[in-house]
Amino acid sequence: MADAALAAKPAAPPAVTPLLRVEGLQGWYGESHVLHGVNFEVGEGEVVTLLGRNGAGKTTTLKAVMGILSKRSGSVAFGGRETIRLPSRAIARMGIAYCPEERAIFSSLSVEENLMLPPEVRPGGLSVAQVFELFPNLKERLSSQGTKLSGGEQQMLAIGRILRTGARLLLLDEPTEGLAPVIVQQIGRTIARLKDEGFTIVLVEQNFHFAASVADRHYVVEQGRVIDTIPNGELNANIDKLHAYLGV
Amino acid sequence: MFDLLGIPPQALFGQLLLGLINGSFYAMLSLGLAIIFGLLNIINFTHGAQYMMGAFVAWMLLNYLGIPYWGALILVPVIVGATGVVIERLLISRLYHLDHLYGLLLTFGLALIITGLFRNQYGISGLPYGMPSQLAGGQNLGFMFLPNYRGWVVLVSLVVCLGTWFVIEKTRLGAYLRAATENPTMVGAFGINVPRLITLTYGFGVALAAFAGVLAAPIYAVNPNMGADLIIVVFAVVVIGGMGSILGSIVTGFGLGLIEGLTRVFYPEGSAVVIFVIMAIVLLVKPAGLFGRAA
Repeated sequence: MADAALAAKPAAPPAVTPLLRVEGLQGWYGESHVLHGVNFEVGEGEVVTLLGRNGAGKTTTLKAVMGILSKRSGSVAFGGRETIRLPSRAIARMGIAYCPEERAIFSSLSVEENLMLPPEVRPGGLSVAQVFELFPNLKERLSSQGTKLSGGEQQMLAIGRILRTGARLLLLDEPTEGLAPVIVQQIGRTIARLKDEGFTIVLVEQNFHFAASVADRHYVVEQGRVIDTIPNGELNANIDKLHAYLGV
Repeated sequence: MFDLLGIPPQALFGQLLLGLINGSFYAMLSLGLAIIFGLLNIINFTHGAQYMMGAFVAWMLLNYLGIPYWGALILVPVIVGATGVVIERLLISRLYHLDHLYGLLLTFGLALIITGLFRNQYGISGLPYGMPSQLAGGQNLGFMFLPNYRGWVVLVSLVVCLGTWFVIEKTRLGAYLRAATENPTMVGAFGINVPRLITLTYGFGVALAAFAGVLAAPIYAVNPNMGADLIIVVFAVVVIGGMGSILGSIVTGFGLGLIEGLTRVFYPEGSAVVIFVIMAIVLLVKPAGLFGRAA
């Protein structure tokens, strides 16, 4: 029965308790109401994307999950534990890590200090050697000032530093934005590799060709809500609908 | 002996030493201000009063509890630093979401209250604080006489300033501090307790001021106004060095002390204003300060 239901409706999220469950998430920037009840789930080991136009609320959703959006309500459960009232440092300690769109590389810190800055929150993170294996460029530039790196290298640093911490859920906000195609491919390979290693990833993307190459499922965000869910396997069948959503 | 530009070397080096001593206090105080401003974004107007508290608490420890100078050097920064922690938790932390001006007003008000309390209790004539006997006397260097205590003040403040610089620029804790100065939200999102880091930073900055107060006690009389007199010059030092620059505040502190000393030799009438003239010029030419980054 359950199998039949799953077969008939493969778009359904995994039946097991999801690692991250967001329900009725509301969020505000000051007085401006940005999120109007976001719902989505991410299973352990999955890569899902939030797709949508500029200003739809994708970045705000990540910030609300991470706890750095000061005014938020609804429910964000991580591993079954409610986090909506916790400060971001407590959420980080539970094993969620965030790589912001602007990358937030610290200019007063060297590349090495940037890389080593986030404390280990759980055992099981990548070793520094493994981070260098993923991003060999960083190893050459350890003593440079963080912001002297190229955009691509800064992105690698921003991702690399959160892989060390042992966080299980990675929130990546537009990791390919403004990067050369060869770097985008490298980031794509990295995400695939992280998925293989068991990381769970929520990816915000404008570049949906990139999103399609790495994700299991896509959530379409519009005006502060998730309005549709598209499994990656059905992307081609839904391509017209998706174009309409994204306005491309 | 030899003369330099008609100035006897005893006078020249004497004034340079005096400048270096003043510079030591400028450096320690502006360093604390720079650290506090960097992370809290608050111009700590209470800094002078906290320096004065350092001298007074040293005096109280000696006169009420019989704890001598060396004990005070350790205990006073801890005690006064702890009052800083309380002030930050109770009062300053409520202002972070407001304009900088409120922090300035609050700390200015606190400075007036603290100074007023001490003035009320101890008057303004000043209390003597003896020099530790181990540091009495001096060395004849040939070209000048160096009192041991003054040499000690310069030495220990250099060590404290460079030690602070080392911790901030070269250690993991310092990296947290620098990162939180740039982007506290992101540092919090890494799981670091930024509010606690801020509290401890304020406490440390205050402890540094109190430490300077203990060093100053045997040189200047312990007086409720000692901080108010000094802090205006220290603010000028901070502006010249560049708000929030660690190394800048140290170098500028010692450098301006020396320049002030030289001015006292060659143009004594200008010695009281030379730092402010330099400040005006720096503000015109390089508004971010000599070591500051443009905002």
